[in-house]
Order: sequence, then C-alpha cells, then structure tokens
Amino acid sequence: MSEGEIIGSYIVPVHPHTYLVPEQNPGWTNLRNAFDEAALRIKNSEADLLIIYSTTWPSIIGHQIQADPKPEWVMVDHDFHDLGSIPYSFNIDAEFAHAWNDANHERGLKSRTINYHGFPIDVGSVVALKLLNPDNAIPAVIVSSNVYANRSETSVLAKACLDVVQSTGRKAIAITAMSLSNRMFTENIDPKDDKIHSLKDDEWNCKILELMEMGRLEDVGQLSRTIQKQIRVRKVVAFKPMWWLSAMNDNRNDLTGEVLAYEAIHGAGAAVIHLDPASCGTGDKEYDEDDVEYFHGDRSVLESNDSETTSIDDEVEAEEEIMVEENGPELWEPTTADGSVNTDSAPKPVGAYPHARRVGDLLYLSGVGPRQAGTNSIPGGPIHDENGEPLDYDIKAQTHAVIDNISRILEEAGSSLDQVIDVTTFLVDMKRDFKGYNEVWAETLGNIGPTRTTLAIRALPTPIAVEMKVIAQLSE
Amino acid sequence: MFEIKAFAECDKDPNPLRHDMAKGRIVAGCIAPHPPHLVYAENPDQNEPTSEGGWEQLRWGYERLRESLSEIEHDVIVVLSPHWQTYVGTHFLGLENFQSLSVDPVFPNLFRYHYDLNIDVELARQIHDNAEKSGLAVKMMENPDFRVDYGTITTGHLFNPKWDKPMVVISSNRSTDYYSPEVMQEMMIELGRVTRETIEESGKKAIILASNSLSHRHFTTESEIPEDMSKEHISSHAMHLWDMRIIDYIRTGQTQRILNEMPEFIEQAIAESDGGGLSWLISALDTPEYPAILHGYGTIIGTGNAVVEWPCYKHEEESE
Repeated sequence: MSEGEIIGSYIVPVHPHTYLVPEQNPGWTNLRNAFDEAALRIKNSEADLLIIYSTTWPSIIGHQIQADPKPEWVMVDHDFHDLGSIPYSFNIDAEFAHAWNDANHERGLKSRTINYHGFPIDVGSVVALKLLNPDNAIPAVIVSSNVYANRSETSVLAKACLDVVQSTGRKAIAITAMSLSNRMFTENIDPKDDKIHSLKDDEWNCKILELMEMGRLEDVGQLSRTIQKQIRVRKVVAFKPMWWLSAMNDNRNDLTGEVLAYEAIHGAGAAVIHLDPASCGTGDKEYDEDDVEYFHGDRSVLESNDSETTSIDDEVEAEEEIMVEENGPELWEPTTADGSVNTDSAPKPVGAYPHARRVGDLLYLSGVGPRQAGTNSIPGGPIHDENGEPLDYDIKAQTHAVIDNISRILEEAGSSLDQVIDVTTFLVDMKRDFKGYNEVWAETLGNIGPTRTTLAIRALPTPIAVEMKVIAQLSE
Repeated sequence: MFEIKAFAECDKDPNPLRHDMAKGRIVAGCIAPHPPHLVYAENPDQNEPTSEGGWEQLRWGYERLRESLSEIEHDVIVVLSPHWQTYVGTHFLGLENFQSLSVDPVFPNLFRYHYDLNIDVELARQIHDNAEKSGLAVKMMENPDFRVDYGTITTGHLFNPKWDKPMVVISSNRSTDYYSPEVMQEMMIELGRVTRETIEESGKKAIILASNSLSHRHFTTESEIPEDMSKEHISSHAMHLWDMRIIDYIRTGQTQRILNEMPEFIEQAIAESDGGGLSWLISALDTPEYPAILHGYGTIIGTGNAVVEWPCYKHEEESE
C-alpha cells in the first residue's frame, strides 16, 4: 500500500443559499458554479476520502467526529429556514473516523466519535457534501470545531488526522466549511441587494484571497487571530479552520492556490478556493510559532494574543510557564571538551556536561529528558509543582518528547534515530508509567531495535518522569 | 386591584398597546436553565439515553418551581432559548405543532429526545408583529422540517413535563456577538416590553421563561459516568463569585443592577445571558423590585445554574 497523502484542499462557504436558491443572486450563482467546478475537480482526482472541518459544528468536550456510516435527516438552517429544507443521506467512512479518534488520543487530544440516529449534521457540512460530492461517490469524514481549542490543539488534531491518512494510504481532500468575514446583515434583505457587509471586511477578504492565490496558507494561519479580530463576529474564538487546514498541508506557504469565486452571502465573505499541494515555486516557509506534535494542557476559552488584554487563562498559562521554569535546578551551558556534541535544539544541561560525546564511531549521549529547548517546559506536564505537590502528567507525551530530543542531538552529531544501538531508561514511577512509555517505545525506537534496559529510580533532577541514556553509532 | 394598577400605568404610558389589557398578564417569570444533563438524569420516556440520576439539587429546584406554580392559572408558556441562535433578527416558531427527535449536537450521548410541542401561533405572531412595529428585525419560522433546539425542549420538559400548555418560542438574536452586550440589552429590553404589552393585549395569562445558565465556563472533559457527582463543581472561584452576586440581586429585588452589570457579567463569567434571555425576562417583568424565589442552584459540567421564580401573581395580590 502506498503512503497516503493530502492531494488537495478546498475552502467553501457555509450558508445554504448556494444549494437552495443560487438563482436569486448573480453572486450566489457564481459561487454555485465554483462549487460545481470544485466537485468536478474532486471527481476527476484520485480522491478516496473527503475530510471536512466545519465551523458550524461547535463542540465543547474536545472534538467530535461523525462516525454514523449513513446519517440521514432533513436539515433546515436556523436563520434561513425560509429558503427551504435540505434532505441528506451521506456516505461516512466510519472506520477512518474511529482511527482518527484513536490517533487523537495518542497525541494527547480529547475527542470522541458520534454515531446516533438523528444527529443534526451542521449546515456547513451538509452544503459542502451535497455540492462537492453530489452522488456520495467518495466517503467522507466530518470533524467539529471545538469552541475552546487553541492553535496547538487544532494543529495537533490535523496531525493526528494525517497520521491516519498516511498509515491507511488514503488520497484525501481536506475541506474547511467556513466564511471569510462572517458579519452578516442583521436584518432581512432583498437578495439582489446582497454585498459584503463593509468595505473593511471586503479589503481584508481580498488580502486573504491574495495570500491564498499565492499558496501562502501558513501565513493566513499565522494571521488567524488578527483576522478574527478584524473581520469576524465572535461566534467562535478564532479563525481556527486555517490552523487546521495549514497543518493538514504541513504548514506550507508554497501551495498552488486558485480562487474559484468570491462573493457575499447575506453580507458575509464567501469564497470557493482550491489549494493544490504542487509547489508554486515561490514563497519560503516562515514559521514563527511553535510546531506542536502532542497536545497537553487546558484549552483556552479566551485566548488572545492582544497584549492589551490579559484573560484569566493567559494568566494561568503564564503562571504555569513560570512554575516550570522555576521548578527545578539551575541550567548550565553544555561543556565543550574534545568530541563534545551540543545543540541549541535540545534542553540545556542541569550540570557541567555536554549533550553527547564522540568516541570512535560511537556516540554516547548524556541522560536526555523531555524538557523543551528554550522554554524548558515539559510536554505532558511536570510531575510535581515547586512545592513538591504531585501533579497529573502524561507519560506518553513526555516519552515522545524525550525521543524527539534524542533525535535532535543525534542529528547534530551527524547520526540519526535509526543508528541507536543501546538505551537505558529511567522511570520515576514504574507502576504508573511503564505501559505508556512502552507503547511509545514500540511505535518509535521499538521499530529500530536497540537493546534496552528500564530502571525504576526515586527521582530525577527536574520534575520529569522519564529519562533515557543512549549509545548510538555514527553515520559513515 | 390589578386592573387599577394597570390603568394607573396606562395613564402614564402613552403607548396604545397598553389600553386593552384588562385580562392578559404575565403571572410568573422564571430563569429555567436547559443543560440536557437534567433531562438525562430524569430518565423520561421521551429521552433515549438512561442514567443513574445526578444533578439533584437543580432537579429538586425544578420540582419546587413546578409545585410553586401548579395552582397558578396560565394559558401559555413563552420561552427564549439561547440555543436557537439567529443572526438575522429575532425569530418565532410559527406552526401549531412540531414533532421530531431532538439530538443535542454537543452532548448526543445524553440527549436524544422525542418531542411533541404545541405552539400558540396567534400570540407568537402578535409579538412578532408588535416587535416589527417597534423597529426590531423579526421573522416567523414556518418550515415544517425545522427541528426545535434542544434548549427549548429541555426547558420545556423540565418546566412542564406533561407538555399540556402551548408555547411561544423565541430565538436568541446574537446581537452581543455582532455588536455588544449594551446593544443586545437595548434590543432585548425593547423585546421584553413588547412581549409584556402584547401578552396584556392578548388577554392571556402567560408564564415566561429565560432558558439560560448563569456563569457558562464548561469543563472540557466529561467523566466516564456523566452523572458522577463527585466530579461536579463550579469551574472556578471567580465564576462562583459572579453567580452569587447575581443571585443576591435576584433574591433582593435588584434587577436593575443585574441589567446595569450585565456587560461585565457576560464578559467575566462568559455568562449565557449573552443570548439576551435574562435581559428580555427582566424587561418583560417590568424590572421587578420585589425578591424572586431561588428554587435551586447547582453546577453542570462546571457552569452555574439557578432555577428562579418571580411570582408576579403573588406580588400583585400583595399589592392589593
């Protein structure tokens, strides 16, 4: 089976006008034609799965994934009920939905699958599937938009999805059902009078479309919070579908973008956009924010990057950050004796020693923990606070972080993870943590096959649960 | 005595709507929160999931509310639900009956309820028409395929499990999101006034319900047994303080202070009154200065919820 991949992405509007009454306004007709063109492109592609992230399906308890193989009902929009009803019967890839849910849990996310008769599939998903996949030829999967999810949670959601796309060999299309500017007219209007709600909204929409035409999806993702503030009514916390879609495309800025249509629907900015993974040949990747592989921590309700406002959650997060930094011994610069290998991408030592040392064609690593370079934060959380009070933590997230750090040190030395030949692991709580640690090992180093010894110890110098001592071969 | 009060008010109020209100009145107003957990915990026949109970403090509160109003004659229940969210004005259910299955999109594991709901279309349309005359954007919902939101169904069941009274169901206009809490209040105070005067004009006796929680910060995880009460508590101390502050105003007849502090309450407690229900209710009750009855307070997945009754009927009797 060949490795799966995202073979295309689409951004489509959510309101029912394009399905029910496209003829009532030339702009709606234009959007409908763009939907039809997108449907044709999808049909002519190799796609065997449609993955929809819908902003009109909010959730609270993590993310929800539709897993009813054949959901059927009649959808009526809460606002535009006078336009008519949309009966639907969809072809959902329940197997993929369950696998995605499992992959979310592996990456520290809270999520669950949904399989209930009569579950109300949201208007954005219904319109997208009815128009992009009119004969249900391609199975689909739909995920909710969690109202509390921040960027890291939303990005990790996409990475978990990619894990399953790749492992199952799917040729998938990623779709976000969303508006650009989402401010509608708050009164009934004659369809012929529809237009973007304000010039300011229109100008921002055009800027987004300009970036999309250049394939700069990650840049739009990084502007998400600004866009939310400028042109979005606070129905949701952020312009987060761009975080998800960018992560689904490996946070790239060099996609081949095409805007198939841009119009107003009752004042909101509605666009049909196609992003092809083929490189457009321009645009370097700019990556300003941390790229998170595993989610840990609470979800931020009032997340904001506005320095003028500080929410309760910001304060809590700041306190947690301080706690981690102050919760442990002093950090040292690594020593630099002959043969030493040190890297800024691994956490600083807690004593006078290097990250690793070359001896012949072997590389001996100092004990490596999960702390993150730069921030000194601990994925999965510290095991106790500065007063020694125990805290709940995620051993799997910590173990993943340890292996990531090992990989970075090895790469600095010109070696790699598959050159590891012997590992000694130290766990502070064998009974609690062995199972989780062992699972991560099996998925990572277990596939490579170094010898291994696992020891229970009383404590480590920093509030971490796992540390590994590694011997690796140097690449020729 | 009630009629004297009514005519006395007429004299100082030039609004012509108030001149034909010999019989119609609001007999009680309530805060009647709608978390589906409460229906799930009751195990009614209409709901598919079953439970081992839970959230008793609030369910007993609803029991006390029902008991308190059991002898109070009324023709119609008017409810404003924050889970019928409309962005283009305020909408009213406009068909005589709705029957379907309501599945909560957030907690489908708890709420899959088969409902059969009758609407007082005449009164709904009268409120709609008068709201339109007063300048509010409104729309009647007359699509027979429309599914009634789970907030309305939950409040409807908990307040009147027999479903033997017709309802007027009003959507939540999201003007807080579009503009600000201040603009929302302006609109909801107007809608409340129109609701009160239309009920008076109609000759009907109505109970009005604001279907909303107080503080509204949820937990983002659910315990394995949702009704495990060892896991239930308010999401933070700050939320508790806000809930108690609002409840204190409720119990001491200081509803104007609730309106005054509504923007801060919404912002700092992420209050579900951002949907307009509480402002509408207080306005429809003419900003009462008498104490309301707190029938119960409790938390549901971290949110603060109060079951409250403003016994208008009692207040009027005491005024005689």
